[in-house]
Parts: sequence; C-alpha cells; structure tokens
Amino acid sequence: MATQTSSKQRLETAAALAPAIELRGINKHFGAVHANRDIDLIVRRGTVHGIVGENGAGKSTLMSILYGFYTADSGEILVNGKPQTITDSRHALALGIGMVHQHFMLVENFSVLENVVLGAEDSPLLAKTLSHARAQLKRLATDYGLEVDPDAIIEDLSVGQQQRVEILKALYRGAEILILDEPTGVLTPAEADHLFRILRTLRDEGKTILLITHKLREIMAITDEVSVMRQGAMVKTLVTAETSPPELAEAMVGRRVLLRVEKGPAAPGKVMLEVQNLVVTDDFGIPRVKDVSFSVRAGEIVGIAGVSGNGQSELLEAISGMRDQLLGTVMLNGEPLSLRGDDGAHRARLAGLAHVPEDRQRMGLVTVFQEWENSILGYHHEYGKGPGLDIAKAKAEAKERIAKFDIRPANSDLKTANFSGGNQQKIVLAREMEGNPDVLIVGQPTRGVDIGAIEFIHNQIIKMRDAGKAILLVSVELDEIRSLSDRILVLFDGHIVGEADPATADEGELGLLMAGVTKDGHAPDAGPGTVPAHETLIEKNLTQMSPQDNKDKSGLDE
Amino acid sequence: MSVRVPLPRWVDVALLPVLNVVLAFLIGGLIVLSVGQNPLDAVGYMIYGAFGYGSGFGYTLYYTTDFIFAGLAVSLAFHAGMFNIGPEGQAYVAGLGVIIVALLFNGLHWALMFPLMIIAGGLFGAFWAFIPGYLQAKRGSHIVITTILFNFIAISLMGYVITKILKPAGVDSDESAPIQAISRVPQLREFLALFKNSPVNLTFLLAIVALFFVYWLVWRTKFGYAMRTLGRNPTAARYAGISSSRMIMTTMALSGALAAMVAVNNVGGVQGRLILNFVAGAGFVGVAVAFMGKAHPVGVALASLLFGALYQGGQELAFSMPGITREMIVTIQALVILFTGAMGDMLRIPLEKLFARWQRPAGGG
Repeated sequence: MATQTSSKQRLETAAALAPAIELRGINKHFGAVHANRDIDLIVRRGTVHGIVGENGAGKSTLMSILYGFYTADSGEILVNGKPQTITDSRHALALGIGMVHQHFMLVENFSVLENVVLGAEDSPLLAKTLSHARAQLKRLATDYGLEVDPDAIIEDLSVGQQQRVEILKALYRGAEILILDEPTGVLTPAEADHLFRILRTLRDEGKTILLITHKLREIMAITDEVSVMRQGAMVKTLVTAETSPPELAEAMVGRRVLLRVEKGPAAPGKVMLEVQNLVVTDDFGIPRVKDVSFSVRAGEIVGIAGVSGNGQSELLEAISGMRDQLLGTVMLNGEPLSLRGDDGAHRARLAGLAHVPEDRQRMGLVTVFQEWENSILGYHHEYGKGPGLDIAKAKAEAKERIAKFDIRPANSDLKTANFSGGNQQKIVLAREMEGNPDVLIVGQPTRGVDIGAIEFIHNQIIKMRDAGKAILLVSVELDEIRSLSDRILVLFDGHIVGEADPATADEGELGLLMAGVTKDGHAPDAGPGTVPAHETLIEKNLTQMSPQDNKDKSGLDE
Repeated sequence: MSVRVPLPRWVDVALLPVLNVVLAFLIGGLIVLSVGQNPLDAVGYMIYGAFGYGSGFGYTLYYTTDFIFAGLAVSLAFHAGMFNIGPEGQAYVAGLGVIIVALLFNGLHWALMFPLMIIAGGLFGAFWAFIPGYLQAKRGSHIVITTILFNFIAISLMGYVITKILKPAGVDSDESAPIQAISRVPQLREFLALFKNSPVNLTFLLAIVALFFVYWLVWRTKFGYAMRTLGRNPTAARYAGISSSRMIMTTMALSGALAAMVAVNNVGGVQGRLILNFVAGAGFVGVAVAFMGKAHPVGVALASLLFGALYQGGQELAFSMPGITREMIVTIQALVILFTGAMGDMLRIPLEKLFARWQRPAGGG
C-alpha cells in the first residue's frame, strides 16, 4: 500500500520539523507508586505514533499528563517546540491536543451536531453556533472522510459512528494532535478498518496521531513509529517498519512470549451443555438472544465470536443462571437448569457449572474484599458446617491457589482491588477451575490482562479442556477465539449466524459473519426489538470497505 | 489508576472521628461563647455530668444501651447494602410486643419474663422491619422511603393502641397498665450500689452481648459473608447465587429485632409500662451512631457511649448553667451528628494530602 512505502519519507520530512510533542524527563508518583519515571518521548508531526505497554505500564498516566488531567511531578512538555505547562484539558485543546476516550463522552439523546458543539458554543444563542458547526462538519466530513449525519441521534448510531463523532468533536475544537485510547476495543474488524482509513487520511492531511493500544497488529498496521512502555518507564522507540510483533511483545513484557497457543487436537466426549431455542431479554425486556441452540461436549472448546453487544452477555448470564430465560432450555449434564427465584447461579453451580464472568470487577469479584474472601465467592456454602464460616479452610485453599496460579502479590489478606487486572482474573479463574466443574463457561478471559498473563490463562483453559471439561468461550477478541476454540459459532444480533472451523476459517469470512452478513449476502431476519439502524449502518460500512484491507493485515499477526 | 492514596487504618478509624468530634465541640464552643458563657466550664459540666458520679454515669449507660441497639440495627442493614432509617418505628412497635407478654404474664419472675420480652419485642420489631424489606425485595420500593414512612405509621398506630386500647380506665396519662416490679428487668443498682437511682438495667449487658453477636454474624458466618457480598456488590451476589430478596427480608427482620431491644430497655426495664413516644428519638440517633462507628460493633459501642454522654452531660449542663438553654444543647448534639455523620469525610481529602506528603520522602521518591 502507498502508505507503507511513504512511511520512511514521512519520518524523514518530519525529522526536519519541530516535533509535535516532546516530553523530557516526565516523572509522576501516586503515593509510593512511581507511575511514570523519566519519560522521554518525541512524537513527530504528521505521523501516527503508537504507544504500547501492559496494563499499569503507565500509558494512561502519561496521556493524562499530556491532556492536562494530571500534572507531572517533574519534567518538561514541549508542544510544537515550545515548553508548555498544561493545566487542564481546555488548555490542552487550546494547544491543539484532542483526546478520543476509550469510553465515549457523548450525550446519548442529543444529535451529532449538538454533541459536537457541547462545551464549545461560541455564542449564547444556539442557532448561530449550530449553523456554523453544520458548515464546519460538512467541511471536515469531505476533508477527512468522516461522514456522519449531523442530525442523527447518538443512541441510534453504531459504535463506530459514535467514535467518529468523538473524533469530529476534537477536530471541531481545532485539534492538530489526536490522542486515541484503545480505539478499536468496541469495533468490528470492518469498523476498525474504517477507523484506520480515517486515521491515515488525517495523517496525510498533516494531523499528528498518538495511538494507545495493546493490540500489536494494529501497531503494525497503522503506525509509523512505536514506543514501548514497561513498569512506568519508556523502554524504547522503534520505527514500525523495522520491528516485528515478537520483538514488541518481548519489549513490553521483558521476556520472550509465545503469541500462539500450543494445543493438540480435541477429543470430544458426550454432550455436557445443551442450549435449546433459547430466548433471553435484557434488563429492559428487549430480546437479546433470539432462538439460539447449540451444544458443548466434554473435552472441547466452543468459541462464540461476535462484536460486543450482540447478545453474548445475556447468553452467558442465562446459561449461568443469573438471568431469566424467556423461552427455551439450558441442559446441564442432561438436567434442565431451573431458574426459579434469584439464586439460579447457585443451582447452576450445584449442577457442575463454573462461570468466569465477562466483567470480573462488576460481577466476578467484590473488590473491597480480601483475596481469600473472593476465593470462595459462590462456593461459600461449602466452607464450614453449620452457620459459621470456616475461615481457616478458606484461607488455606486461597494460599494453595495463589501458589498454583502464580497470583501476585502472594498475600491472601490483601484487598482484591490492589491486585492488577491479570492477577484479579487469575483469582477468578483459580476459583472457578479448582471447583472441578463439568462445564466451564468463560467470558472475555483476557480482557484488560497483560500479555504475560494471557499466555498463562490460555494454557489453563487448554488444560481444562484436556482434562475432559466442556468449555464455552465467549470473546470479542477474534484472535483469541481462533487460537483457543475447536469450533467457532458467530453471534450477531442474538442469532447464531454461522459456524466455522478455526483451522480453515479466514478472518475476512469471520469478519463478515460478525457484521451479520451471511454467505447468501443478507443479514438474518431481525427479530422483534432490534435497532434497525444498527445493521444497516454496518452494512453501509462494509460496502465502503475493500476486502483487500483485511487480507493486508491478516499476515501481520504471525 | 487511582490518584488518591488511602489513609493509614489508624487515621481512618481513630484520628478522623476524633478530629470530627473536636471540630464539632469547637464550633459548639463558639456558640456557647456567643451567649457570654465559658465553653470550658460547659465542657467540664458535661464531662462531670456524664461520668463524674455514679447516678450520672448510670444515666449515660442507660442512653448508651438504647443507642447501641439502634446503631447495631442500622449497621446490620448497612452491611447488606440497605439504609434502615426506621429503628425509631421498629422500636416503638416492639414496645407493643413487650407490653403484651408482660401484661399477659404479669407477676412472672423477671428471669423468665426477660427472655419472653426479648422474644416478643424482637418478633414485633422484626415484623415492622420485614414489611419494608418485603416491599423492597418483591416490589422494588426503596427501603429508605418505606422505613421513614413506617416510622410515621408506627407513631399513629401506637398512639391509637395506647390511648384507645391499652390505657386503663381512670388513668389520665397516655400509658398502659404497669408491669409488676418482680416482672421488670432488674436495675443494675440492685447489684452495684454505684448506680444509685439511675435507670441502667440488665438490658445494658444484653447490648454488650448484641455487639459481639453482630460481629460474629457479619464477619464469622456464611450468612454474614453473603450479606456483605450483597452490600458491596449486588451483581457479584447474583453471580454467586445469593438470593438478594431472601437476604434483604432476613436482614431487615434481624435489624428490626435489634432495634426492638430499645423497647425491652424502656418498657420492660425503665418505665415498667408502655408510654406514648417512649423511644424519644433514640432510633434516629442510631443512624448517626452507625455512621460514626462505621457500622462496626467497636465503633458503634464507642459512638453510643459518646452520644450517651452527650445526652446525659447535656442534661447536667442545662441544670448547672442556666445561661445555656435546652435548645443550645440540642444544637451541640446536632453539630456532633453533623460533623461525624453527614460531614464525616470532610477532613479526609486534606488528611490524605497531608499523609501523601509525609510518605513521599520515605517512599523513596
């Protein structure tokens, strides 16, 4: 592609100019934690600069300093060659630095136009601002390919389009330097490709882009240079064209990492989990799982792929007994799961089901509890006869699990909130796996988990499979689904739209399925309660995307 | 990433509440000063009144008893994530249970009567708290609203029951028939002459037992574990298969039963009859006590003692310094509630900054 070949030239021309951003010796402490230590960073004008690092490496802190959320304890920030003290985000914007947050900061029931001008109104009368903004948006849309209907209401837009509104917001405020924090976490592969095309256009028009991500393939696909952070320090800055994912992973973790999971063939046994014609509604009574049937056998991993929000959460919650099934049955080990009352999860556990929830902090852990207390969550009935809780037994088992799963710090009395994301996930995994279940359902096993811990978690899941457990895996990370699963089911808008063999399926095909486009070219019949705008918009994106975009990058994750 | 550094535990549980009380007294002192009285004298009278002599100390412990029960009731519900503002009404209705068994078996020795009063009062209090619990669990009515409103229902209901049903013919004041002396909860002065004519009775020892019981229940049982899970993270409770509806109803009933012991103290021990409005605000003080004591039995015990001392010391102060009116004493009590309860975290952030600054040179920065 043209962008790849010109990357070197771009860096050369940029080197002659003053850097868009230069950080010198930035330090930031939070109490005893040294979150940023002596950070030096040069971001060249008109380039895409990636920042990678594990959770807690200090990426977000550094960006927050740049955006004026925090003030550095020491060090210098130079914007376009001039030293600046950035006091708040308004000041950062005035200097041309705009941020696109991981979680969108949009008013859901406002129109695109209203969201764009919010906080940047230039007159007390709204009409004038709006007409000015409308013209401005039109110009931005044509200049950068950022097509969004200015009168659309945010909640009717797809996630990818909402993100475009966030970018428009920053550009409308005159941003020359855009910071994007994990921008693709919520996007389909097609939407991510569209975003990257926008970013390339922005760069070609002279904007500078700082991309924070933990996905190495994105770094390889779009950045000109990449900086690696580890434990608060800047390890190195590399020219993307001259590095490789294994080299970056090693720099991030500080040791060699296997990016691929090693696993043998599956030996499926009898059906342990069977879901028949399941219909599940969300908290507002809207059906999210629509007539889903599948089964999982002992000794196999069935992966459910799909973009976040297509019914995965409701499916997991219904199978694990946390949410009422409207219609259909869930059979565990041949017995239907009864859902009377609000303690269905207890009965599911008694029937041999273990559940690693999608959102460990909201669901799988009580973060203010000590580690040992979370180590018995859901199984506390088994600790002690009579009303008393056998704390000694619970602590002893917690200690064993800490050793077995290498949970750090190895202190069962420590408050759970003080463990890192990866270690919190290990606490949940250890609890659910050590209960010796027949069926393990796992949601987003490595969301927000460091690369080093991902390797460990994947191996544990494979080990469970080889021990003859039936495993249902739900993840929005397509790579994860592909490398772990023995069978892949694709969920779109509450329907299973296809099944694939991970050995043969290619990413383009899966990507299309995830966007609801089946082999005969149609999105499946939408049931009651769907948001029609959602799928048509995705389809629209797809027509704008060339299939070539996918092929280009599928080779990069080796 | 969290910017705020948590305070050391001793600061959180000891220094912060003490500073809040000191602050309340400083401002209270300014009020005393503004009416031309000496605040130091006033504090002296209060301390003397609350702890200085046997009878005064006995009164302090009598108030403390009420506050411990009400404070524990609020604390227990709080651990399950509920804000029970209804101990006032629960204690009031429990008075009916106490007086019914007491009048039914009037003349029975107190050693038998005391447990009967605890059971009957407990059941009535539990019932009165169970209804809001049921409405929350099954109908989604917010417990704060229902428990507040149930206080008013209790006042009206009890007013009717006392004046129209329990009041014997030929009695002028609004009260039930008296319980015979042998059936009443014995005063501690019968065992310790120190307490002279003060109303502190055996229920005080029951309060001590209740403190240990609540600690055991919350931190040492499976039920307590499930309760704390629900209180800290309802989604995780659902994930763990803990039935929140059952938990809410059970916890509220237990909470009401704890509040009911205020009735045993007053109806069965002190007044020996059921009189109109005998709870006299103790239930509401319980909310402040639970807040200040951070819903922990040790904290509840200390906060109850503080409020007990404020109540008794305040009486002494009004008696000894005529320049200070009853209203002014209520104001000082309110200041303590305000600073320890509602504004209890006011000093937290300045203290955090202070400690962060102290720690940095030591932390190797």
